[in-house]
Amino acid sequence: METILSIQNLWKIYPNGTVANQDVSVDIKEGTIHAIVGENGAGKTTLMKVVFGITQAKSGNISLRGKLFAPSQPSEAIDAGIGMVHQHLMLAPELTVAENIVLGVEPKRGGVFFDFDRAVQTAQEISEKYQLAVPVDKPISELPIGTRQRVEILKALYRNAELLILDEPTAVLTPQETEILFQTLDQLKEQGKTIVFISHKLKEVKRIADTVTIMRAAKVIDTKPAAELSIEGIAELMVGHKIDLSRVATPEHIGPAKLSVRNLNMTRDDGVQAVRNVSFEVAGGEILGVAGVEGNGQTELVRALVGLLPVDSGEILVGSTDIAQLSPKDIRQLGVSHIPEDRMEDGVAPLMSIQENIIVDRYEKAEFSTWFRIFWKNVLAHTVGLIRDYRIHAGSPKHEISSLSGGNIQKCVVARELSADPDVVVASQPTRGVDIGSWEHLHTLIVEARNRGRAVFLVSADLDEILKLSTRIIVMFEGEIVARFEDASTVTAQDLGPYMLGIKRQEESSAKVSA
Amino acid sequence: MQRFLLKNFDAVRTAIAILIGMLICVLLIILVSSSPGDSISIFLFGPFSSQRTIASIFEIATPIIFTGVALSIAFQAEQFYIGAEGAFYITAAVGTAFAVSTSMPWFFHIPLILLVSGTFGGLWGLIPGYLKARFNTSEVVTALMLNFVALYAGLYLINNFFRDRAAGFMVSFRLPESAELPRFIDRTRIHWGVVLAIVVAVWAYYFLYHTRTGYEIRTVGHNPKFARFGGINVFKVIIIVHILTGAIAGMGGMVEIMGIHRRFNWQDLPGQGWDGVIVAIIGRMHPLYVVAAAIFLGYLRVGGQQLRLMSDVPFELVLVIQSAIILLITARAFLSQWEARMVIRQATEEAES
Repeated sequence: METILSIQNLWKIYPNGTVANQDVSVDIKEGTIHAIVGENGAGKTTLMKVVFGITQAKSGNISLRGKLFAPSQPSEAIDAGIGMVHQHLMLAPELTVAENIVLGVEPKRGGVFFDFDRAVQTAQEISEKYQLAVPVDKPISELPIGTRQRVEILKALYRNAELLILDEPTAVLTPQETEILFQTLDQLKEQGKTIVFISHKLKEVKRIADTVTIMRAAKVIDTKPAAELSIEGIAELMVGHKIDLSRVATPEHIGPAKLSVRNLNMTRDDGVQAVRNVSFEVAGGEILGVAGVEGNGQTELVRALVGLLPVDSGEILVGSTDIAQLSPKDIRQLGVSHIPEDRMEDGVAPLMSIQENIIVDRYEKAEFSTWFRIFWKNVLAHTVGLIRDYRIHAGSPKHEISSLSGGNIQKCVVARELSADPDVVVASQPTRGVDIGSWEHLHTLIVEARNRGRAVFLVSADLDEILKLSTRIIVMFEGEIVARFEDASTVTAQDLGPYMLGIKRQEESSAKVSA
Repeated sequence: MQRFLLKNFDAVRTAIAILIGMLICVLLIILVSSSPGDSISIFLFGPFSSQRTIASIFEIATPIIFTGVALSIAFQAEQFYIGAEGAFYITAAVGTAFAVSTSMPWFFHIPLILLVSGTFGGLWGLIPGYLKARFNTSEVVTALMLNFVALYAGLYLINNFFRDRAAGFMVSFRLPESAELPRFIDRTRIHWGVVLAIVVAVWAYYFLYHTRTGYEIRTVGHNPKFARFGGINVFKVIIIVHILTGAIAGMGGMVEIMGIHRRFNWQDLPGQGWDGVIVAIIGRMHPLYVVAAAIFLGYLRVGGQQLRLMSDVPFELVLVIQSAIILLITARAFLSQWEARMVIRQATEEAES
């Protein structure tokens, strides 16, 4: 097989000093699916951004079919036959599929006017040619995310892409949608296309890739045929040590309910009912996992539990206190901790120091202040202790928290929330965007909290996480609980998928409603 | 060297901005002056030429320290409250009214006037503060509009009830002697207000960086969502910030009257509120740096006055330099490529070692 893309000794350093790619060399063979795996921040996306001309390397060479290639902007990469499907899809939601596919290289009538009919026709042709069915005349906003992604792929193919780069394409997909995507990729490979697949989901890599390049800390660790690697082997190379992907043991003692939600209803600002008649309980010593495609009411539910959003009706009981009308501070004082979904938005003040971020919920404690003065010495000592106990990689507690990596910022957030000695832990996407080493470490911390008798409410888009940690699982779809699994240890991702997509729902009679 | 430059990059950038600003000024003087050498030396060294000019620097800096420190508190909470000008003016008017209608020994009178003006200034700041905290009204707009209210309400108060008809100008009655801040260096107008200003700045520094409320203020400023998430009462913080800003700026206005003018003689907004914005930004919203920035601004102003008196260079030129310096300091991207190159070089060295 010919080498289509060859990267030699590439260096990329960002203006903030981050070394993203350090002497990276990779050869990609034509007509294969080549996975690039690595923890978040390992430099995989940066490498592809350089190839696609979004950013430029400091040194090193890229050659495309043997010719030196250094795109200074994406259009040059597109002209050279490279297509990229970004993690966050870049489509115009109000335009139709056909319009999105031809956007930028539209067929014109008389050289001036947009030829809508020919756009539809072209889109139809390209869709048939590659056997990727899409409803060409529907607006993007009406399509499910998996179909939108297919549109992105078609868009690249329409621009004659021979080399397709997919950046974490499955991050937003359900297991079923993922399988369809993989069939698509296999088809494209048969038609001679080359695919670069960036991921940190190892099962998927194993399933789809011919060759795997493993990156760690800005360097390439190894490139091998996928057949020679096991999932555990890839994980070990990625992290640098052995990791445990198996499910955690079920808890030994489950106490009385610490968090009970009864008939909760919430409305979003735009008038849509976000949470419909939701009831559940979380007992001390267990983890209740919430599965569901993002945007099905989980965010609103979590924010209500911690007092950041008002509810329309229903009760939220912590112990026996209804907290639905209380302020975030009062709720914290009742022993509720919150690991927020978007850590940079809610979880930290990025430009404040680590110690200032740590004390946001506890600066009023006698240990840290009088009514007037803050004892920075005690704050410093406390922060140093947390940095040590939670194995946070940080220079000094006085450094800006944004100088840490994503995983370490998240560890600071988790350290703060778990060290507050809570009764109830509300964790929303606790490991989003962190590297697999931190992923594992954060899981250990959450399970430890569970074992100490805390009630953990876990919302995550990462099904592996839900399955690994949960004692019980509920599935949310369009603001409702559509399924309850009282014993999570027998549940698989395939079981959850149909409920997450709203294809199936348990009858209320068979679902054990805990109230 | 590289490491040192990177660590103190903000300070380095400010210093370079000031240097370039001064250089632009020198170039302009060379262009317009018939004896550029003399003019440049008057501008640069004139402020130090006599006890009187040195004193002038501090006289000018005193009220600007008040407004600059006041605005630093607001800006640290990310409240773009620009009503310091109005608070400064109307508090001086109200304080004057109070001072001329009361009489008591100075050791009661001065603290009481300061208390009254501080309280009034705080209430004045509370108006946009409450509107912001309760209704999320833009404090920029309300404060700006209130500056006009302050001007005309102040003029109405003084001209109708406290105007000294014996004086040849539109001025208030003279303050009783017990309400005057004493001057403590002969043949200058340096008064105790300068000490008060520095005390306020040091207090504000301590308050912002070493107290609970200061921590709350900075946290709200950095990320209000995070503050709310952590349980900080954002409403309370916004209210406190506006009250403090109004109180300190207002007190500054009254101190200016008590120390320098000794009667209310402003028929228009005097501008110290805007100078406060300038020094708050140059001083990067740190109360102690604001003191330095205010003294620097005083130095520029005195240099400008000297130029006007003793050379053929117009006073307007000084405003040009000020603007040039402030533009350079506030432009975040200024020298950022240089910084990026240094960062990259250092990171490369570290990665290769």
